[in-house]
Amino acid sequence: MSAHSTSSPLKMYFAVWIALLAGTGLTVYAATLDLAPYNAAVALGIATIKATLVALFFMHVWHASEKLTKLVVIAALFFLLLLLGLTMSDYATRLWS
Amino acid sequence: MPDSTLVGLHPEEEHHPELLHHFADAEQQRDASSLGMWVFLATEVMFFGGLFCAYLIYRRWYFGDFAAASKTINMGLGATNTAVLICSSLTVVLAVWAAQTARRTLLIVSLVVTMLLGLAFLGIKGIEYKDKFEEHHVPGASFSFNNVPVPGHPGEYANPRHAQIFFSLYFVMTGLHALHMIIGLGIFTWLLYMAWKGRFTPEWHTPIEIGGLYWHFVDIIWIYLFPLLYLIDRHP
Repeated sequence: MSAHSTSSPLKMYFAVWIALLAGTGLTVYAATLDLAPYNAAVALGIATIKATLVALFFMHVWHASEKLTKLVVIAALFFLLLLLGLTMSDYATRLWS
Repeated sequence: MPDSTLVGLHPEEEHHPELLHHFADAEQQRDASSLGMWVFLATEVMFFGGLFCAYLIYRRWYFGDFAAASKTINMGLGATNTAVLICSSLTVVLAVWAAQTARRTLLIVSLVVTMLLGLAFLGIKGIEYKDKFEEHHVPGASFSFNNVPVPGHPGEYANPRHAQIFFSLYFVMTGLHALHMIIGLGIFTWLLYMAWKGRFTPEWHTPIEIGGLYWHFVDIIWIYLFPLLYLIDRHP
């Protein structure tokens, strides 16, 4: 990690920090709007963008020297999506006949 | 150096005191530690994932009751806590950068500020919990949630049994998150002690990096908990 860049990463850290704070303000504002079925999608979309910023830049997944790190992150997300996706597709289709 | 080759030792001048003998070099040792923390975080994703899954199922079934219950939580305190955690994540990356660039004072200040922000988060959480206790919104024998209107459905009132499921999930998910924060504060106390003693160098500061990974992960969990629990159906 110390080898990936010679320039100071501080600018990038502060930019990500500002983006995360802005995202928090945006999600609170979006919650007060009536977006009908899209409120949840907007809230989760903003949360996912924020989480991705933290993982890529604060947790250094973007510059991780070790490919195995990326594999573990992708594996965790894959199994989380299996858990949520299969469960919710079951519950969402129970009333179909 | 024929002597060290003979007995299979690394040359002395390359041997950092923190490098364990079963690693080829410091880089490999650092990658192994980091990967170990990432695997642990993957198990944490599944740990919290089960709770998120339970939440999604019940939210789908009892959406109106969940929206009514969510509206009784203090959104301002939740948003403040989100900002507090985001700031603490910034001070964590500053601590890692300080360790990489041998800035001992910045490292210690960053660790202390991170811990203060963590304590502020727990304090605000405590205020929130106190409100919920006073309003009898804590699941159990004294739970009460009568005549609370369902947002967007005039004349309809939330079913207290379904609202109780929301508050059970609220307390388990935020409580488990708070427990992670308390463990994080313990880890950072240890990091601060090590930093104070000057143990971290640009060559070796792996505990700061993997302690930071843990802290950021707990931040990510909160980034999802905040909209899911506090912002279900807030529009007037």
